[in-house]
Amino acid sequence: MTTLELRGLTKRYRVRGSGHMLALDDVDLSITSGRTVALVGQSGSGKSTIAKIITQLERETSGRVLLDGAPIPRRGRGLRAYRQQVRMVFQDPFASLNPYHTVHHHIARPLLLDRVVPRAGVDDEVAGLLEKVRLEPGLAARRPHELSGGQRQRVAIARALASRPALLVADEPVSMLDVSIRLGVLNLLAELQEADGLGVLYITHDLATARHFSDEIVVLHHGRVVERGPSDDVILHPRHEYTRALRDASPDPDRHFGGGRTADTTGSRS
Amino acid sequence: MNRDPVLSVSGLSVTYDVDPPVEAVRDVSLTVGQGEVLGLAGESGCGKSTLAYAVQRLLRPPAEITGGQVVLHAVDGAAGGDVDLTTLSPAEMDRLRWDQVAMVFQGAMNSLNPVLTIGAQLADVFTRHRPAMGRAERTATCGALLEMVGVGADRLRSYPHELSGGMRQRVMIAMALALRPRLLIMDEPTTALDVLVQREILQEISRLREELGFSVVFITHDLPLLLEISDRIAVMRAGRVVEVGTASEIYHAARHEYTKRLLGSFPSLTGDRGDFVRKGAAV
Repeated sequence: MTTLELRGLTKRYRVRGSGHMLALDDVDLSITSGRTVALVGQSGSGKSTIAKIITQLERETSGRVLLDGAPIPRRGRGLRAYRQQVRMVFQDPFASLNPYHTVHHHIARPLLLDRVVPRAGVDDEVAGLLEKVRLEPGLAARRPHELSGGQRQRVAIARALASRPALLVADEPVSMLDVSIRLGVLNLLAELQEADGLGVLYITHDLATARHFSDEIVVLHHGRVVERGPSDDVILHPRHEYTRALRDASPDPDRHFGGGRTADTTGSRS
Repeated sequence: MNRDPVLSVSGLSVTYDVDPPVEAVRDVSLTVGQGEVLGLAGESGCGKSTLAYAVQRLLRPPAEITGGQVVLHAVDGAAGGDVDLTTLSPAEMDRLRWDQVAMVFQGAMNSLNPVLTIGAQLADVFTRHRPAMGRAERTATCGALLEMVGVGADRLRSYPHELSGGMRQRVMIAMALALRPRLLIMDEPTTALDVLVQREILQEISRLREELGFSVVFITHDLPLLLEISDRIAVMRAGRVVEVGTASEIYHAARHEYTKRLLGSFPSLTGDRGDFVRKGAAV
């Protein structure tokens, strides 16, 4: 059981000429193994800043980041061990993979760097990870341009899982993908989460998938948490007017037509 | 509902003449009625943008129209008024484009020129298409256009970077409506915007449409959005229109497998949980 806690997290960016911009204002948030927390809000609400601070790509201005109650390490070997525990899946699978390297290289690198398995076992581990994200083992020799967007994002997920993390931060993991494969990738994340007891922070602007793929929703507005709660409660019975505005602005044909849509849901599982 | 057609596309095919040739649009037939919103749904690579470009005759080699017609119908069936856009000379097409059929491009917020003011870019439309218009009138008209889309005439001297994404998108809409076209083609106009801004822009488009009476072809992969705003929806896949129907028909009684699959790709925001997504710990 691993828990990452953000307490009173505040981030101020210095803006040339006009002083400071408060990107995060006293945010409390916790992610625990086996649970998915969705972080929703408009562009500029501070979602990605939280992801960057969790992965220590940015330093917080004040507040605390605690892993199982202890402050996270800031440099060196300790930081690397922390990052082995907390991995990130980025939004754009067209930018997050190196075009010069094969799929095998992308997945083997964290295995070697973090010495997850002995060198001789790397090939088997890569094959196992590919299988885990439902990719053919034969894809290992390919380069990113030979893969579809969905396949690339699966590679990115396999890479994130390679170091056997306890927590995964997924920043808009499907928004760059074609709509008919988005659910497939989200379902994959959900299954992996249950199989491995991963804790997931699902950052998104899409309220519908936030509702269906998370246990809890946290709504961020201008860097502040304005509402949080079990996902159905937040979407179906929002208390804060900003949450209500977000919900009402989202396309919702079921409300529009009063339900009864045709849909083939059998194909979208894989 | 029977409406007079504004545009009829029949048997249109577009091929990218590469090796091997790619048939991006295959034998597509569609009509857009007066004042209608036609949604064009499909995923990347289905040919929806190529179709839009073909209608506007904006395709560049190696893309080429290999068959079919794009007929722009005369107002009120005036005699001899129907024109097949595919047969026009480039000069004739230049006169007609933007004047009759205008377009808001994909990523429109980034298609403004960063080194020219908003006013200069709007004025360009009039210097090109209404050369007789005097400078004072031009400035006044551009100001009125910005007022119309809710940006405000005081922004004429602003540069694009001084406006938010939503405001830039409004400027692009103002530019597309400058000559009061009869048909507005919008290619993923709100994809890069977040939902609150998207909703504002959609309301703006719907208000302007009531005011000015133009027709809209709205292209996007966001089927839930189309279901809310369209009169009819055409679903495209691999260059073909696989199904056309009213929004209600598509929602309640989609016939084509692909349409059903697309509908099934969007979990319901407020309705029941589909069985395609995780149910607690039960999976």
